[in-house]
Amino acid sequence: MNPWPWYVGGPLIALILFLLLYFGKSFGMSSNLRTICTICGAGKRSDFFKFDWRKQQWNLLVASGAIIGGWIASTYLTEDPSVLIHKDTIAKLQQLNIKSAGTAYLPKELFSLNNLLKPKVLSTLAIGGFLVGFGARYAGGCTSGHAISGLSNLQLVSLYAVIGFFIGGLLMNHFLLPYIL
Amino acid sequence: MFKSEAASWFRIYEMFQFKSFHMYGIIGSALGFGVLITQGIKRFQIKSAFGEPIVIPDKTKSFYRYSIGGIIFGLGWGLSGACPGPIFTLLGAGFLSIIIVLIFAILGTWFYGMIMHKLPN
Repeated sequence: MNPWPWYVGGPLIALILFLLLYFGKSFGMSSNLRTICTICGAGKRSDFFKFDWRKQQWNLLVASGAIIGGWIASTYLTEDPSVLIHKDTIAKLQQLNIKSAGTAYLPKELFSLNNLLKPKVLSTLAIGGFLVGFGARYAGGCTSGHAISGLSNLQLVSLYAVIGFFIGGLLMNHFLLPYIL
Repeated sequence: MFKSEAASWFRIYEMFQFKSFHMYGIIGSALGFGVLITQGIKRFQIKSAFGEPIVIPDKTKSFYRYSIGGIIFGLGWGLSGACPGPIFTLLGAGFLSIIIVLIFAILGTWFYGMIMHKLPN
């Protein structure tokens, strides 16, 4: 597909940051995971989830916006969703048995509904999700909360978090994925 | 997220392979403008849409939780190719299997809440 260039995508993210700050809120998507836990009753088991989730409805609205945006973008604005990454990367992924590299938005080997029935695929998605959820809460934020909001506010601790994100990502990408895939 | 391909597992893989500037450009330019916006708001004491002062609180000072939590998040990011924001985007885009990632991200959050007092700060 013809992706929006980085100098459009990046500033748009900053625009979201501005709009949220302008309306007295903040930009941090992982908090929604915590809010969902609270809505599901986690507050009965842990003080961490004891808060009035209605005060976080604005953030759930942002998440809903992301869902709608994804729907509009994929349905109306994208004829061919294949992501054309670097040919060396495509070659590398082919070697790791990800043949759909360069032909799809997400690797079919991991994300097609047929493959969900394979235990290895299901556990990859499950463990990946679990680590994201656990890690984001432990670090007090994800890329939006730390790499964008936190670093924009010149918070040193956000730098620790972002360095952590990269160490983790590089470890997974270079040392673990070759065994997992 | 979708049109810039930041929600694509392939782009995250490529990013950690350092094979393209694209993802760094997105994060870098977002951050560049983000600094200008945030510091501008603080410096010029810009008021919110409701006429209130905009307060951007500092994060609590600590080390281990940010570093270890960050690494754990990074491992998940590298594996699933998605952060929380893109998870919602991909859901809207019809990639239903991302529901598994979402459910387990919620479970991971829940688990954190249950054991948080035992973790190093």
